[in-house]
Amino acid sequence: MNTAAPLARPAARPARPVDWRDPVTLAKPVVFAACLWPFARLAFAVVNDPVSLGANPAETIEHVTGDWCLQFLLITLAVTPLRRLTGWNGVIRFRRMLGLFAFFYGVMHLACYVAFDQYFDWPAILKDIVKRPFITVGFAALVLMAPLAVTSTKGWIRRMGAQAWNRLHKLIYPVAILGVVHYWWLVKRDITWPVIYAAVLAVLLGWRLWRRSQPSARQKAAARAG
Amino acid sequence: MPIRLPKIPGSQITPREVFMDRRRFMQGATAVAAGLGGLATGEAVAEQVSAKLDAPRNSAFVVKDELTPKKLATTYNNFYEFGTGKGDPAENAGPLKVRPWTVEITGAVEEPMTVGIEDLLKMQLEERVYRFRCVEAWSMVVPWVGFELNKLVSMVGPTSKAKYVKFYTAVQKDTMTGLRMPFIDFPYVEGLRIDEAMNPLTMLTLGLYGETLPNQNGAPVRLIVPWKYGFKSVKSIVRIEFTDEQPKTTWMLAGPTEYGFYSNVNPAVDHPRWSQKRERVLPGLFASRATEPFNGYAEQVASLYSGMDLKTYF
Repeated sequence: MNTAAPLARPAARPARPVDWRDPVTLAKPVVFAACLWPFARLAFAVVNDPVSLGANPAETIEHVTGDWCLQFLLITLAVTPLRRLTGWNGVIRFRRMLGLFAFFYGVMHLACYVAFDQYFDWPAILKDIVKRPFITVGFAALVLMAPLAVTSTKGWIRRMGAQAWNRLHKLIYPVAILGVVHYWWLVKRDITWPVIYAAVLAVLLGWRLWRRSQPSARQKAAARAG
Repeated sequence: MPIRLPKIPGSQITPREVFMDRRRFMQGATAVAAGLGGLATGEAVAEQVSAKLDAPRNSAFVVKDELTPKKLATTYNNFYEFGTGKGDPAENAGPLKVRPWTVEITGAVEEPMTVGIEDLLKMQLEERVYRFRCVEAWSMVVPWVGFELNKLVSMVGPTSKAKYVKFYTAVQKDTMTGLRMPFIDFPYVEGLRIDEAMNPLTMLTLGLYGETLPNQNGAPVRLIVPWKYGFKSVKSIVRIEFTDEQPKTTWMLAGPTEYGFYSNVNPAVDHPRWSQKRERVLPGLFASRATEPFNGYAEQVASLYSGMDLKTYF
């Protein structure tokens, strides 16, 4: 009898064959390109004509990357509500990509600060992180995002187990809050945009709290049966 | 009170044919129409006055660095009366009414007076190239046209009570769209100590790059104090008041821990939220230029502050 060698851990599931009729599969490259578009525009401008980004191109790049980091965090947080409200389960398959783009733009944002603002003055950067609250919270948000990006693969979900993985990825809530606080604290006077971000975040997090306070479907069924 | 302005030979008088730039006028009108959703009556639209100001360059006051392109200096501005975005003033300041324009000089002076902008333009003007350092850690190099403020001060004769000079920016409710969202107090108020006002570096400024100030840069008359952060260089001045008490300036009121009365450029004293050690020379990407004490004008002004702790008096 031909037995397979004993395995230390279960083999990875064979990759699902690509189904080219699946709308999500088809949409993914399009969504990916759309998410990359803001970065591509910045990169093109920097190489060709930085002044097309205004008199202070570095500031523009920092604002655009910071804005997109926050926007992708909010979009990622909107996936589950959208799924529940529309009943469209396919949307969940975009979530990892959206979250990774939030991290990507966050890293770009930090890189701009290190290179453009601080000009690689590492002692000054460390001092800044410790001393200036808005830098501290922004940096903390990005540090907390890193383990989420690393463990975003299927392999890591399997290794960690769904429960632990889900618990870890709840970190996105404090990350988003820290991100909005970072923005709020950095603006000089006009807090219009930080307020808008905070309001959207409050709705997205508030929806989750509200749902938790509602009896679940199973409880409702049990109540009906009883 | 009669205005006693020095007689100036005709050859030095700035050409008076201040022409209206029709194209800009139309742009301003369009912007207003768009802003009001087509409800613009045109009443709020005034002319953007633009004229050549040929003034000789004073080589004693010229920063050697490359000039910032004019387009950048005139499209990247902090002028909250027209919005908080850097591009807002260039977009929204078109309708600012800059004629007629007078500057009221009042307070502790022998001869209070109201000076018309035409008289200021008749003063002997010169061009100086100063470095302009914003508190936000960027800088430009700009050729300003104007004259030393001390010339105007000596005309009105400050009394012994004149310890400080207080400057007021215009408030035009019908043209300044930013007044509707008061993120800072209006009118915008700035101030100098009298010896700072008398320093030869301090310029009453009427133009840049060889022409009258564009509205977004503080037309028709503003201050330039090159050793201080840019917000001290108050725009669109309508009133200059001599007083014995240190003025409470707009940014001091808006953020007392962040903005002091002196606001001298100082790499050793950080803004609470960012370092002032370095600056970004626009439009460069990297903040690679080491900021100089007093923005490079220490030789001329450091003595004004001898014995003062500049960390306390920031």
